[in-house]
Amino acid sequence: MITHAKAKTQIRVITGNGAAAIAAKLARPDVVAAYPITPQTEIIEQISKFHATGEMDCELVTVEGENSAMNAVMAASLAGGRVFTATSSWGLVFMYDAVLATAGARAPVVMVNVNRETPGIIAVSSGQQDMISTRDCGWIFLIAEDCQEVMDLVLQAYRLAEDFDIQIPVMVHYDGFYLSYLSEGVDVPFQEDVDGFLSVLKDQPERTKLVPGGRLGCGSHGILGGYLELRYKHMSAMERSKDKFDRIDKEYEMIFGRSYGGQIEEYRMEDADVVLVGSGSMCGTIKTVIDEKRDAGIKVGLLKIRMYRPFPSEVLVAALKGKRAIGVVDRSLAFGFKGGPIYTELKAFETKLDNAKMISFLDGIANTDITTDNVGFMIDTLCDLSCGKDVREVTWVCYPEAHAPEKTGGQ
Amino acid sequence: MPSNKYFKHEGPWSDANDPLMCSDTGDWRTKRPVVDKEKCIFCGFCAIYCPIQIVKMKGDTHFEADLGFCKGCGICAKECPKDAISMISEGDFKK
Repeated sequence: MITHAKAKTQIRVITGNGAAAIAAKLARPDVVAAYPITPQTEIIEQISKFHATGEMDCELVTVEGENSAMNAVMAASLAGGRVFTATSSWGLVFMYDAVLATAGARAPVVMVNVNRETPGIIAVSSGQQDMISTRDCGWIFLIAEDCQEVMDLVLQAYRLAEDFDIQIPVMVHYDGFYLSYLSEGVDVPFQEDVDGFLSVLKDQPERTKLVPGGRLGCGSHGILGGYLELRYKHMSAMERSKDKFDRIDKEYEMIFGRSYGGQIEEYRMEDADVVLVGSGSMCGTIKTVIDEKRDAGIKVGLLKIRMYRPFPSEVLVAALKGKRAIGVVDRSLAFGFKGGPIYTELKAFETKLDNAKMISFLDGIANTDITTDNVGFMIDTLCDLSCGKDVREVTWVCYPEAHAPEKTGGQ
Repeated sequence: MPSNKYFKHEGPWSDANDPLMCSDTGDWRTKRPVVDKEKCIFCGFCAIYCPIQIVKMKGDTHFEADLGFCKGCGICAKECPKDAISMISEGDFKK
């Protein structure tokens, strides 16, 4: 991450949820519709407060559930409005059909999803399983590491979603509990700077919208050729969004003095032999441990995934090429695969990475802490792997019982 | 580059002046409504009852379904007060 000193700043100590709410306010949405759910509720509370005090001039639709929330913002977006909503876990699942419809309609909705374990096992705890369970819904997925990045990504999400060349809804993810309720110093952008940053969208051609009395309708049938044409357009726009996001990151740096590197953030990667690939709040801990290991002479780096959909294939391959051992840390499971979901996806590039050795670490599931000790263990394991020692392909770091020796003899 | 054959816009937008669909649902039909013009009294029940509103006037003598879209549901034949519409198997037309 690059940070420039600025003439004036307004640093405020706020939570990740607070940062998301203020970012939404700064973007001046026309319509907000949302339903409370832990650990996202604070965002909606804050927005309701901004709305009540007149700080935020928007339609606030207090719906009876998440499914209505997504349908309300999708419709408002198709009518040409800027919209915002936020959810988590069960809420995301409850709006799933509308999430798919929003992507299909190419409505540039911006939603915050505060990551939490999904229904199945009732767990009010952090984990990226909700993100993974919806990864192929056709939205762009961005992942924040800290409260500052929550603020910055929500603002960048509007530039990306509403860009005339893109027109794809964007979901901004961050770890529930670890970031949602964590108070940190956040450099809150000034309104005039945000207005300037988003004003680029006004100079673009107007996107198609519903007009009262007009004859255009959205959500038409598309069977066979029509379906294929729409999907191909969607996939092409997904590909375009990669470079676009990199450019938005650069532009953001010009105005706000912060750059993260676009699709991925590289930390001490230049001369690294072994690399951890991670996303979200775990990356702060990983960076700390990397600094310690570097002091001890171990050449280790971090590759942080900031854009998860579309998958940043090209930049990942470029950054990881020539590395001796790669460990992917997943905070969720890919049922039916032994390794974590991001590990499984990265494995597809094995041959492009000159057959670099790759292993999977499962950690941080169900609010288990990804501690400095855990990260130290992962880096040590990667060093063993790069030296040719036998190590497990998949390690349940947060559940060592998975690797306890099996009892033999007797029942 | 993706073409704009079916949709002029980036998303699934349709002009209401045209049919709001780009699918030839007529492909789904197994039975075709055939009007006996002698029996037809031009009452228009078939056009009113057609669930997808594709039964159109043919001059001022009778009504006929647009076979590009008719799925062959048979509601027009059922509602016709003069039994002027028969549902004929599509296979019979291909022989």
